Formats: sequence, structure tokens, C-alpha cells
Amino acid sequence: MGSQGGFYQSKEFLDLVKSIGEARSKAEEDRIVLNEIETLKRRISEPDIPKRKMKEYIIRLVYIEMLGHDASFGYIHAVKMTHDDSLLVKRTGYLAVTLFLNEDHDLIILIVNTIQKDLKSDNYLVVCAALNAVCKLINEETIPAVLPQAMELLAHPKEAVRKKAIMALHRFYQKSPSSVSHLVSNFRKRLCDNDPGVMGATLCPLFELIARDVNSYKDLVISFVSILKQVAERRLSKAYDYHQMPAPFIQIKLLKILALLGSGDKQASENMYTVVGDIFRKCDSSSNIGNAVLYECICCVSSIYPNPKLLESAADVISRFLKSDSHNLKYMGIDALGRLIKISPEIAEQHQLAVIDCLEDPDDTLKRKTFELLYKMTKSTNVEVIVDRMIDYMISINDNHYKTEIASRCVELAEQFAPSNQWFIQTMNRVFEHAGDLVNIKVAHNLMRLIAEGFGEDDDNADTKLRSSAVESYLRILGEPKLPSVFLQVICWVLGEYGTADGMFSASDITGKLCDVAEAYSNDETVKAYATTALMKIYAFEIAARRKVDMLPECQSLMEELLASHSTDLQQRAYELQAVIGLDAHAVACIMPSDASCEDIEVDRDLSFLNDYIQEAIEKGAQPYIPESERSGMLNISNFRNQDHHEASSHGLRFEAYELPKPAVQSRIPQTLIASTEIVPVPEPMYPRESYQTTMPSIPSDAGSAELKLRLEGVQKKWGRSTYTPATSTSNSTSQKTVNGTSQGDGASTVSSMRETYDSRKPQVEVSHEKQKLAASLFGGSSKTEKSPATGHKAAKASSHVVEKSHVPKSSLEVASEKATPAQQPPDLLDLGEPTATSTALQLDPFKQLEGLLDATEVASAVNGAPAASRSPDIMALYADTAAGIHNKNDADLLSGLSNPSVTNMPGTTAMPQVTQSSSKGPNPKDSLEKDALVRQMGVNPSSQNPNLFKDLLG
Amino acid sequence: MIHFVLLISRQGKVRLTKWYSTYSKKERSKVLRELSGVILTRGPRLCNFVEWRGLKVVYKRYASLYFCMCIDPDGNELEILEIIHHYVEVLDRYFGSVCELDLIYNFHKAYYILDEILISGELQESSKRTVVRSVAAQDSLVEAAKEETGSTISNIIAHAAK
Repeated sequence: MGSQGGFYQSKEFLDLVKSIGEARSKAEEDRIVLNEIETLKRRISEPDIPKRKMKEYIIRLVYIEMLGHDASFGYIHAVKMTHDDSLLVKRTGYLAVTLFLNEDHDLIILIVNTIQKDLKSDNYLVVCAALNAVCKLINEETIPAVLPQAMELLAHPKEAVRKKAIMALHRFYQKSPSSVSHLVSNFRKRLCDNDPGVMGATLCPLFELIARDVNSYKDLVISFVSILKQVAERRLSKAYDYHQMPAPFIQIKLLKILALLGSGDKQASENMYTVVGDIFRKCDSSSNIGNAVLYECICCVSSIYPNPKLLESAADVISRFLKSDSHNLKYMGIDALGRLIKISPEIAEQHQLAVIDCLEDPDDTLKRKTFELLYKMTKSTNVEVIVDRMIDYMISINDNHYKTEIASRCVELAEQFAPSNQWFIQTMNRVFEHAGDLVNIKVAHNLMRLIAEGFGEDDDNADTKLRSSAVESYLRILGEPKLPSVFLQVICWVLGEYGTADGMFSASDITGKLCDVAEAYSNDETVKAYATTALMKIYAFEIAARRKVDMLPECQSLMEELLASHSTDLQQRAYELQAVIGLDAHAVACIMPSDASCEDIEVDRDLSFLNDYIQEAIEKGAQPYIPESERSGMLNISNFRNQDHHEASSHGLRFEAYELPKPAVQSRIPQTLIASTEIVPVPEPMYPRESYQTTMPSIPSDAGSAELKLRLEGVQKKWGRSTYTPATSTSNSTSQKTVNGTSQGDGASTVSSMRETYDSRKPQVEVSHEKQKLAASLFGGSSKTEKSPATGHKAAKASSHVVEKSHVPKSSLEVASEKATPAQQPPDLLDLGEPTATSTALQLDPFKQLEGLLDATEVASAVNGAPAASRSPDIMALYADTAAGIHNKNDADLLSGLSNPSVTNMPGTTAMPQVTQSSSKGPNPKDSLEKDALVRQMGVNPSSQNPNLFKDLLG
Repeated sequence: MIHFVLLISRQGKVRLTKWYSTYSKKERSKVLRELSGVILTRGPRLCNFVEWRGLKVVYKRYASLYFCMCIDPDGNELEILEIIHHYVEVLDRYFGSVCELDLIYNFHKAYYILDEILISGELQESSKRTVVRSVAAQDSLVEAAKEETGSTISNIIAHAAK
């Protein structure tokens, strides 16, 4: 086919492209583009520009816009171009507007008419161009304008048009599902289209429809299965083959649909088992596309009603992925593993070392994916290790987006599985310290509430201990510079509520610290407000306890400053503080009851306490209150207003001609009545939380209601009292007192100790202890060497340990647990009685696997390193001599053009042409020569800058 | 769904951008800046995927050009890699052993071809033959039109000469 059309643009344009190509810096590029913008601005507004010229200007605008500059001055010309009669010009116009305009742009309204006309054109190419534009430009408002035509085009004789019409309707559905909901049957019909392309395209909208409402499409299961079967059996035309696979993209789409339809539906799933099994068998796992289909099969299998055979096949594929050298496949393997462990959690164990390798891989993408997997498999036995790792990683990265995500995951896991309160507080402290400003404020509120409410135990003592330890840790942390605002808020609040509660710290200690905070973060008004309120609480508690209150001098000066603050909020708090200090002990105790932040108070929504007052007023001749809905005299006016409003909002633009006016005003009244009731605002008082605390004695209720919105109820259930069962551990030590969640740990450790016994027979392999330990703690300790029983217990024991001795830091925990091993041993020994041969064999696997991986990666990296090294000086040299080097370079380029191994099947090529190799591929040399010659003819010599420009992309 | 397609050269020059989701101009240049920073600096033999702002970017290098597509987090990355390859193969068939230079000077053609493969962020046609044919059909019409305009221009010139 050759370089069709070649470089038929004008010299001017070619020069522009060339000079941009040669620009050495972004600044230079910008300067050239700005110049070009000036030129175009001038030229494009000249009168009577020939169409051809105009077309080129528009393409130049596209170029400018592509480089990130603003070409909006030319948009209108692109729009005008779509009106042109000649397809050549029109097509350029459509291309430009689809690239320039987002669907909310004002100019779109000017194109709708043209699109409407073009959709009716006899020339199918015009229709196609218009449909392309429809897909990009039509928004919710303009859908009604083109919907009827798009509908008709579904029956167009040309398959290209039908296909695009389907995609356009799909787009409409995405924009506004209600606009095409009556057309669903058309999608079903198109599924039986003769053309596989149209059928394939129809799968897109069907996928989306099914995703939103599975149950209406269950009848299609059989059809989808039979289509998939036919595709897999190569019944489609050869043209749809891709790298020897029969229509893989269609297979993938179908598998996605089946996954939706079979989810939780045994009957539907049973229909799919055979075909999915067939694909598992037939798929070529050596090509990338084959693996793509296999991956989709795994997704499908893990979504539909489980079938043991398929799960087995899926597990096989996953282990192949994980053992592969390719990072891509490892990544997919980790992802697939995350899907499958939901159904068969035991599968993770055989891959634990591979997973840990991925966790330590230098590739960030792989690492993150692995964290995602760990997140999915966190249990109360491994939560400490996992969250610890996650936080370490969180601290090490700069990407705020991901930091936020991983921080919220840490918080979620900590809330769900925390083995002890102390650990929870410490973990939260770390998260807040390093990502405080990134976590959701709700998390902070949650933490405050947890500290205030305790953890569901009836044991007040434990709560008090927890609070003291929180206070203690916060006082320590306050010494560090630059804490995040959210964290400071938590600290201030906790210090205010519980700073002096246990008598360990005096009021002056705490108030001094609070003043320091207010001073150190004087720009942060929220923190200052929290600190002020906390001060007030401390003083109030002192007064209530009938102790003498001495205000520290720094506190007094802070108050003076705040009394004159620009922020009314801070001012009010300061005044309230002053007022509270002046009151007597009884009054203060009523205003600021100690530790009452979680108590409920009733809110009288009917304001019934005002009844007497109202009665009195009415007796004195006041008018009784009439609810708005009953005010008859006002009805008409408000109705009309509502009506206007209603029409404007619901209809939007109309694209058909106006009807004749009808005198039908009356019939609308009931409708508007409904609308008017909706519009009546229901006032619900919403105040910021702290302001309540300072103003009224009604803190507790407000706190309660605010926290209802924080969705905290579930949290407590997850790791509070409800999961706690007071059973003492069965196999483990008898001396342990089970407190808070230990019982879970014990249960798991029983299981793991059984597993360990299998492993102790395994031969020693060179795997670092570090890794094994990690594996053991992550996976509940299944793969181990002799030493492993100790590590195996680590996770389970660690949790109980923390409870026993509340303040043991992490590292010493490990040591402690190892020392304690003898005591823990007996149950293991008991379990030794039942080792099985099969499992030993199975457990051997991960080590071999690891070895294999290590070798392979080493070899591969060595191989990979060499050519890279040898190549780079080459390129550098080419860059170095700009003038003299041209000839050499072109030769090299031509050669690289020659060296093009078969295009058809190269799954993993990174496509760096090898200069030395010279096998030829059809028309290549000729083409390259032609291109080169043409470029020279045009007077463009970009080769001097970038030798790569001539390289075959597929070479 | 594919949110956008980017072609970036190894030097960080933009060769093609196609946005299927709505991005303002500011966001677009931010995306380009951020992603070219991330992708061009990634070493060899790493994953061809990058997690980015809750989405995933799949990229592949062909000679000195990086082809990048951004997809939803639950998409099939390997499939996207093959869609990229599919596109490159079609480009190769159309241009005849395509190289970066072809795309630099004929970027609008690259857009036309992309429009036949992807539409509103979905794969619309997976048969190379069909894609090449429909692009060729449009080209032939353009050729015809060109001849036509050519003749009218010559008519005009003839007129002017009189």
C-alpha cells in the first residue's frame, strides 16, 4: 500500500513539524508554536480561503492543540468545515471537532444540525464520519436530536454503519440510560447480525446493560455460550484471527459477560462450565493474547458459581503466570490470585514465596499489586505484619494519590482486625503522622470516638488504660515538628477529654502543651479551635473537681490574642472559655460533664417545650401557624413558579418544531402540586461539631448524631465485642488470658500448627530466613524449615502477647515469641502425628519455584544488560555528530528497516531493531528509500536530530 | 473502557492524543506531563502497566515511540497490550512498515485509523482486514475528490488566464 498520499501538505507545514522536531527544549518548542498560532490567527480569518488551504490550517490547529497549546480561536472554523459538501473537507472538519471539543462545549449545538443531515446521507462514508462525531460530541441534551436517525441506521445495509450506530447507541446509554432504555431489544437483535464485527460491537452495550441489571438477561446465557463455543471452534472468518487465536477480543468480551451472568447463579453457571473448560485447554499460553484470554477465563471462573475442575485449571494458569519471567505475567498472576483466593483461600499458600518476591521487586507496579493482594487476604493472624509493611511502603513513596489509598487501607485493616487497642492506637499514630493530611477526616473522628467509647468491653479499666496510653503517646508525639493538621485535631481533642483523667498529668502540664500547639500552628485555625476547646474542658474539669484553677501566663496571652481574633469562631470559643471559668463548680459540671462525649441526648424535633409559650401568644391574639402546603391563597403563584422551573430542568433543549399551543393549563395542576411539596425545604439543623461543645450542654447528642453519619457502627461490630468469644484457647498455652480478639488468633494458630507439621519434613533450601519469616507471618505459616514452628506461631502468638504485656514494641515481640517457643511446642508435637506424603510434595514446590525464578531473572537480566549497554554508545555517537553523521545514520536506518522479522506473530517484542541482522521483509527497503527520498525532496531533514524516526515500529 | 490514547516519543514529544473521557485542557497537559514523566523513566523488563490515579495505564514501546492507553482498574491489561499491537499492525499495513516519521507527518491519518479501531473508548473492530478496507474506502473517495478539485482548480486557472 505504501505511504499513501505521502507528504502532500505544504512546505510551510512540513517546516513547522520539522522545526518542532528539532527543538531542543520545551521553551523553544513553545516559542515556535506561539509563532505559528500568531500566523494561523492572521491567516485563518482572511476572506475567501480556498478549501484546501483551510483544510491544512485546521490540521495545523490540530497539531498545535496536540502539543498542548490553545487553538480555540480556530474551533469555529472547524465547525464550519463540517458543513461543507465535499467529504474530503467534511471529514477533516469532523476529525478536528472531535479532537477539539468536549461534549459540554457550546459550539456543539452548531454541529447538531449538520450531523442530523449527514446521518441521512446516501454516502455511507459521510454517515460513518457523522457517527464518529456523534460518539464523541453528543451529550445528554442533544441525544433526542439524533436518536431516531441512529436507530434507523441499525438496519443500514453497510456493516460499518451498523457497527458505528451500535456504538453510538451504547454511548447514549452511558450518557443517559433512560433515553435508550426502550431500545434494548435492538441490541439483542444485533447480536444475531450476520457480520461478526457488528456482533462483536454489540457485546459492548450488552455488557454494560447486563452489568446494571443482570436478571433481565439470564435468557441470553445460552446464546452467549453458543457464540463463544463457535468462536473458540474457529467458525468465524479467518479475518478475525489474531496471532493464530480465533477472535480473541470477542472471546474476552464474551467471557466478561458470562462472568456477570453466572455470578451467584448456579444454574446459569452450569451452562458455561464446558465452554470455559474448553478455552482453558485450547488457549495458546505462549502468546500474549492467549494469556489475555486465559486471564479472562480466570476472572470468569472466580466470578461464576465455583466448579472444582475449572478452579483447578485456573490455579494451574496462575502458577504458570507467577513462575514466568515476564513481569507482566507475574502482575496478572498476582491479580488473578487475588480473585481466586476469595473462593479457595488455600491456593495462596503454594505461591507464598513468589508473592513475597513480587513484594520485594523493584518494580513499583508489581509491588502495589502485591499489596493489593495482601490487603485482600488480611486476617487477624497476619494483620500486624501486613499493615506494618504497608505503612513502611506508604512512608517511602511520594505519590499522594496512592499514599491516600494505602493509608485508608491501613486504617480499614487496622479497624477490622486490630489484635489489641494499643496496637491500634500506635498504628493509627503512624498513619496520621505520615499521611495525616491525606486521610479522610472521618477516620480522625472515628479514632476519637473509639477512644471515647472504648472498645466494647464492659471493663472500664481497659478503657481507662487505653486512654492513658493514648494521652501518653500523644504527649510524646507532640514534641515532633510539623504534624499534620488532622492528627493535631485528634491529639487536642483527646488531651482535652482525657488529658487529666487518670491523674498522671496535671492540668498545667496539659494546658501548657495545648498552648504550645496553638502557638506552633498559629496559621491553622481548626487546630487552634480544637486546642481552645480542649483548654476549656481541662479547666472545666478542674473547676468541677473543686480544684483551684491557675491559668498559665502563656495561656492567658493566648486567650487575649484569641479574644481579638479575626475569626469569629475562635473569638467565640475564647469568650466562652472566659465565661466558663467564671462559673461555679455545679454549673460547670452541667455544661461540661466529664467523659460524656458519647452519651445520647434526645432532640425534641417538634419543639414541644415551646408549646406553653405558643399557647400564651395565641391567647394574646397571635395568628396560629399555617404550614406552607396548606396556605391556599399563595398556591397559584408558587405553582406557576414551580412550573417554569420544572419545565426548564426536565426537558432541556428541543430539536423538533414547536407544537401548536393548547389550552391545557388545568391538567397540570396536580403535577405541580407534587412538585411543590418536594420543593418545600425540610430544615435540619446542622452545625459543626465543636461549636456545640462549647455552647451548650448538649454535646453528647450532637456527637452521637454526627457520628451516625460517620458510618461507625460496622466498625465496632467487626472488631469490638461481637467478634470476641470468651473461649480460652484450645491447643495453645493455658496460661494466657484471652482479652480482645485473642481467641481468633488462637483458632488460626491451631490450624497453622497442623500445617507446620507437614513442612518440618521438607529439605532445607537456600531461602533467606527473612523471607520465610515474612511468608510465615503472612500466610499463617505453612512453608517452613526446621526453625519454622517458632515463626509460624509468631503472628498468632504476637497478638496474644501484645495483650499480655501491653507495651511491647514490634521487634522485641518477635524475639519474645521465639523465646517462648518451648512453651508453645507441645501442641505442635501432638499434631506431628498426621503428616501426609502428598502435602510434602506440594510444599516442595515453592522453593523450587523460587530457585527457578532467581536463576531466570539473573540470566535474563545479564542478557538484557549487554545489548543495552552496547547499543547506547552507538546512539550517543549518532547524536554527537549532527552534520557528518547523516549518511551513516541513514544507512543504519535503512538496515534497520530491512531487519524486520515476520510481522504477524511477535507477542513480546519490545521492537528495538537489531542493526546487525538483515533479513528482508517484502517492500521494506523500497518504502524506506522512498520515504527518505521524499523527505529530502521536501527539504526536510529530521534525521539529523533523531535517528529513530525511520525505524520501523514493528521492526 | 479506554479513557485516552497517547503516543509519546522517547524524547517526550507528543505524537498523538485521543481523549475518550472528558478532560479539560489543563487536565490534559497535566496528564501528559505526569505520564510521560512516569513512563519514559521506567526501566526495561518492568511491567508494561502503571497504576495512576486509581486508573491503569498500559504502555508499550515500539522503536522510539511509546503507545499508551489508560483503562479502568478492572480492565484486562494483556488485552489492552494486544489492542495497542493491533493498532500498530494496522498502521504498519497501511503505511507499509510504518515508522515514527510516518506518524509525525501524517498524524491525521493515524487519527482516522484509530477512529476505525476504537470508538468511544471501546474496541469496535478486531479484524485488521476490515479496518484497512474501510480506511482505504475513505482514501479512495478522498483521491477522487482531489482529482475533482484539481480539475476545478485548473478550470479556475484557465478562467483566470483568459
